[in-house]
Amino acid sequence: MYAIRAGLQKFQITPNFEIESIIRLYARWIREGRLTVNSDWNKDLGVTFTVQDPCQLVRKSFGDPVAEDLRFVVKSVVGEEHFIEMYPNKSNNYCCGGGGGYLQSGFTEERRAYGQRKLQQIVDTGADYCIAPCHNCHSQIHDLSEHSGRHFPVVHLWTLICLSMGCLGENERSYLGEDLASVGL
Amino acid sequence: MGETTTLVLPRQSAFLSQVMGLLPEGGNLSMCLTCGLCSSGCPASGLHDMDPRKFLRLCALGQDDLVLSTPWVWMCTMCQRCVYACPMQIDIPRLIYAARAAWPRENRPKGIRGSCDQALNTEGNSAMGARSEDFQFVAEDVLEEVKASQPGWEDLSVSFNRKGAEYFLNQNSREPVTEPDEMVPLWKILHTVGCDWTYGTLGWAAENYCMFLADDKAWETIVRNKVRAVEELGCRYWLNTE
Ligand code: SF4
Ligand code: SF4
Repeated sequence: MYAIRAGLQKFQITPNFEIESIIRLYARWIREGRLTVNSDWNKDLGVTFTVQDPCQLVRKSFGDPVAEDLRFVVKSVVGEEHFIEMYPNKSNNYCCGGGGGYLQSGFTEERRAYGQRKLQQIVDTGADYCIAPCHNCHSQIHDLSEHSGRHFPVVHLWTLICLSMGCLGENERSYLGEDLASVGL
Repeated sequence: MGETTTLVLPRQSAFLSQVMGLLPEGGNLSMCLTCGLCSSGCPASGLHDMDPRKFLRLCALGQDDLVLSTPWVWMCTMCQRCVYACPMQIDIPRLIYAARAAWPRENRPKGIRGSCDQALNTEGNSAMGARSEDFQFVAEDVLEEVKASQPGWEDLSVSFNRKGAEYFLNQNSREPVTEPDEMVPLWKILHTVGCDWTYGTLGWAAENYCMFLADDKAWETIVRNKVRAVEELGCRYWLNTE
């Protein structure tokens, strides 16, 4: 998304459409009661989650307001008491190291060294899961988790939204840990 | 006092002057206080013995040979955290971008170059080289499977190139290519709220590595193609899945 926004600016293009993020829509739809998520499924389970603020979405695009939307969605879905912040966060968050073409660049060792700071941040929260609402973040944090031997699950937000609505299909659970693999099936 | 060692001989930096000429207010590049806030919050600090403050100092001291050859420019993710932390809002990632762009294209990391080239070679701008007909085939195939096997989702729908849809949804190539089932939860959400959306066969891929390759011309080509895709369908929003 940032590549488009920055590109429009750089190449002086004025499109006749607007750029929107699904994260902001999730939040709006939940507020409007159109997306009826709730966190009942997690009441007894008590699985804890932290969330990655993607640089491209937060610091580089919509700033703290979208970070607030992201938290609103996450808390609605997993329960406020099961959400743990990493620090620093929002616009001041550390990049995971998956951006900038790193995953494609061939500098694997350096990429993982870069990711150490992110990994530590996540580990320090003690959360069971990390939610990564961006593809690059997801790939990178998943790799950090596996490569470090920590093996905490890294999930997309859409997975948890559908899980909480009781409509997550059997084949749509690749990134869930064993604890949630059959919830709502 | 012991002997002093001159580590670098200050020179005029052709590179820095060129970059400053391109940026409004010169990108504040000459206003560095050397406070180090950028480096202390940069996860790339220390890799290849480099950090953002040092990179900027080397530029300021005209060490162009070093600045334009260090592979560190590919290890900064251009995440802008240093800009956010800097009391002078110095735009170091813009400097990094310019340094990347100064590398001969064929010497830039092969993987990023390949991803950009694939995007240029496909009408959907897929960095994984996915053809649009394959994207459409995979999406429709997965959709049929869900409709047939998941009770309650018989009405789930996915459209391609539907004119006048409110949202043009782009999709990271990774899903259709390697994990198509990951598209389904998003479709279900959009269906539940009654969202009026469509995929396109033109410019549908969400990723863009030409920017990271610092190839202006290719980046512009991709952006223009994506803009055309949304405008041709008359959609009001270009919707990103992240
Ligand atoms: S934070 Fe800004 S002023 Fe401080 S050293 Fe870095 S570039 Fe210079
Ligand atoms: S943009 Fe580059 S130099 Fe600045 S904090 Fe991010 S990785 Fe470090």
